[in-house]
Amino acid sequence: MTIEIERHKYDILVIGAGGAGLRAAVEAREAGLRVAIICKSLFGKAHTVMAEGGAAASMGNVNENDNWMVHFRDTMRGGKFLNHYRMAELHAKESPDRIWELEMWGALFDRTKEGKISQRNFGGHEYPRLAHVGDRTGLELIRTMQQRIVALQQIDKAETGNAESNIKVFAELTITEILKEGGKVSGAYGYWRENGKEVLFEAPAIVLATGGVGKTFKITSNSWEGTGDGHALALKAGANLVDMEFLQFHPTGMVWPPSVRGILVTESVRGEGGVLTNTNGERFMFKYIPDVFKDKYADNEAEADRWYVDQDNNRRPPELLPRDEVSRAINSEVKAGRGTEHGGVFLDVSKRLSAEVIKKRLPSMWHQFYELAGVDITKEAMEVGPTCHYVMGGVEVEPDTAAAVGVPGLYAAGECAGGMHGSNRLGGNSLTDLLVFGRRAGMAAAAYVKSAGTTQVSQSAVQAASLRIQAPFTRTGGENPYKLHQELQEITHNLVGIIRTKTELDDAIVKITELRKRIANITVSGNREFNPGFHLSFDLDNMLLIAESTAKSAVLREESRGGHTRDDFPKMSTTWRQINNISSFDGTQVNVSQQPLPVLPKELFDLFDPHELEKYMTPEELAKGGSN
Amino acid sequence: MARKLNLRIWRGNKESGALQNVIVEANEGEVVLDVIHRVQAEQLNDLAVRWNCKAGKCGSCSMEINGKPRLACMTQVSSFPEGEEITITPLRAFPVIKDLVTDVSFNYKKAMEIPSFQPPVGMKPGEPRMAQVDVERSQEFRKCIECFLCQDTCHVIRDHEENKSSFAGPRFFIRIAELDMHPLDILRNRKKKAQEEHGLGMCNITKCCTEVCPEHIRITDNAIIPMKERVVDEKYDPLRWLGSKIRKREGIL
Repeated sequence: MTIEIERHKYDILVIGAGGAGLRAAVEAREAGLRVAIICKSLFGKAHTVMAEGGAAASMGNVNENDNWMVHFRDTMRGGKFLNHYRMAELHAKESPDRIWELEMWGALFDRTKEGKISQRNFGGHEYPRLAHVGDRTGLELIRTMQQRIVALQQIDKAETGNAESNIKVFAELTITEILKEGGKVSGAYGYWRENGKEVLFEAPAIVLATGGVGKTFKITSNSWEGTGDGHALALKAGANLVDMEFLQFHPTGMVWPPSVRGILVTESVRGEGGVLTNTNGERFMFKYIPDVFKDKYADNEAEADRWYVDQDNNRRPPELLPRDEVSRAINSEVKAGRGTEHGGVFLDVSKRLSAEVIKKRLPSMWHQFYELAGVDITKEAMEVGPTCHYVMGGVEVEPDTAAAVGVPGLYAAGECAGGMHGSNRLGGNSLTDLLVFGRRAGMAAAAYVKSAGTTQVSQSAVQAASLRIQAPFTRTGGENPYKLHQELQEITHNLVGIIRTKTELDDAIVKITELRKRIANITVSGNREFNPGFHLSFDLDNMLLIAESTAKSAVLREESRGGHTRDDFPKMSTTWRQINNISSFDGTQVNVSQQPLPVLPKELFDLFDPHELEKYMTPEELAKGGSN
Repeated sequence: MARKLNLRIWRGNKESGALQNVIVEANEGEVVLDVIHRVQAEQLNDLAVRWNCKAGKCGSCSMEINGKPRLACMTQVSSFPEGEEITITPLRAFPVIKDLVTDVSFNYKKAMEIPSFQPPVGMKPGEPRMAQVDVERSQEFRKCIECFLCQDTCHVIRDHEENKSSFAGPRFFIRIAELDMHPLDILRNRKKKAQEEHGLGMCNITKCCTEVCPEHIRITDNAIIPMKERVVDEKYDPLRWLGSKIRKREGIL
């Protein structure tokens, strides 16, 4: 059977149309190149819309003591010093410019009294740092980027007569494979979700900006799109993933009713003064302040409450500890029998703020609880518990260029790239991560294309990619993809969740290997016309690789740090802090090896108080004082 | 408590289609999108439906439930009386692709026709100073999640394909209003263009769009009516007409 293939030629292919992808596309277009943007959904629906709290940038609008060095320190602390220092440095330095730039494209952030961009408090950030629009900051960011793309298309239309001459958005299209020739990127292959028709993109550079992996897990704040496509495409193309054991369980997801389990409750609720209590009415977070944070967080209610009015003379409330700490605390409370009947704890903002202020500062939270759970958060407490929210692990990249290590022409930015956030991401750092590294990826990909030129796609590569798309319909007697997806989610939820042990992780690895054989034999009913079962069969393959990489990395890392907690190794290890777990794929299975973490250079090392570093580093590292 | 639901789901494509009866379980607290997913996983594996966030924030799962344009993720099953049939159909104003999925490209074409934001020449990043009260007017419209329910319900285009070429629809009237009220935007004549090029005059303010907006944006009262009034004022009031010629931007009067 000959399959008709639609063909396109571009300079750069951006896979993913969230914040990072759109920012990369804008940059590449402004460098004079022709760009195709691929989105799995409609344009403007990417998961970035779900980001609520804000975008962290040390503009110093609310507290002028803030600057990039303070932000850098907070990011490294939040990541428990496993971050790639250079990414954290670039991010801290460039975030303010990326936010101000959005304003020039029409974004309307909330304001301070002086008319500057307002900034709010958030977990792990020393000063009020998050630019925000109520609690719908992600929507503002994606709409601004979307409208920037439209503005550029209007300019192109005026010049060339064709709005899509330099940037074209391919909505509802799935990429199933990255194509390479002679070790370099040559294009990508995929299909239109609407009709299943196959599409070949010839492009010498690809920016992966596909976001996260949450759908690999049962309880998640992620939409159906978070299936780790970019992670998996990169692995299969010969790139590496770094530290895939680190997953952020956001401490506050909804827990009731069951149909909304996992939906995010923004950290701004705590930033605005929300308090966590157990069923005994105890404000339990005071019990869970780890030693490394004791000097920064209040150990009594009186001081914590005073902080909301006087931040210079009081320590922060422990509700604002980094997310990993709060998630573990909630998990422990529930395990100890002090959780609600639905397995959560209480989060209450009604006692500190008036109904009017709550509706103004947290409008979509009010809306979400009122309409989906029948709870009026201006009068009563919310029930919350941890939900799989974000993957810190991702494609191993060169920090300055976002180039994927080992595959010329491949770039990755945003959640699908690894390194920036170390073992735990601070809230608010994601939106600016998208902008800083989206821009850098677009810029570097453009420079690469200008010097490297084009690469031909071979007929054999196209045929192989096409056969793979046809396969689910040609097989018979296999299983239903929905059922296998549920099974995978059960495995990850039960065996690779918030608290992990060697026995369970070993068990997970065996079960994932068994599942791989069954997934290889999926059968899909119906035809290619907008067929969700067919779509899921490809997503599932990606999620399986993610689960395997996560479980295998997690079993090796014998310590607890950030988004990786081992019941059998409950402490941080100074040895493991110096190690990245690197996943690669040999065509049959994921293999994980160890690689030394780049050492902080002296000028960044010196930004920290040596006493603080003692908590993380070995005496030898401290004596060395960073690299030269 | 689980209950049995009788659904009638429209299935088909651009050629033909019909309502199909399906019986499915629904649990406490579930929304219509949950039961559609259950039907998809257990009975009709290839049932086409768009969705993303399942939290009312992305505007993907727009459809008509008992004839009303709704987000399936925000429609509680418990809002329907026990035993009542629930009829689920695709958006009527847009061509069907398959089952509950429609071709909404009309909206993206219209978005392309609205002149973009234009900041003052020479303004540098970081310079803008705006009062909260001034940004709030446009922020209301920027809450829009582009679910296109307002476009679907608007009777100017709902059953009048012939009006589509000259009518941008409520979603884009609030886009124009947002830019018109944007403290930094300097492009002139947005309202006049809304009237002359985007079909603002065809709206006869029945407020159907406001009623279906899941973000509760006051589309008619805060965007459409003020723009209509200003357009009329400027057209018939010689002083205002003169004012609009001498002021730096219109809309300051």
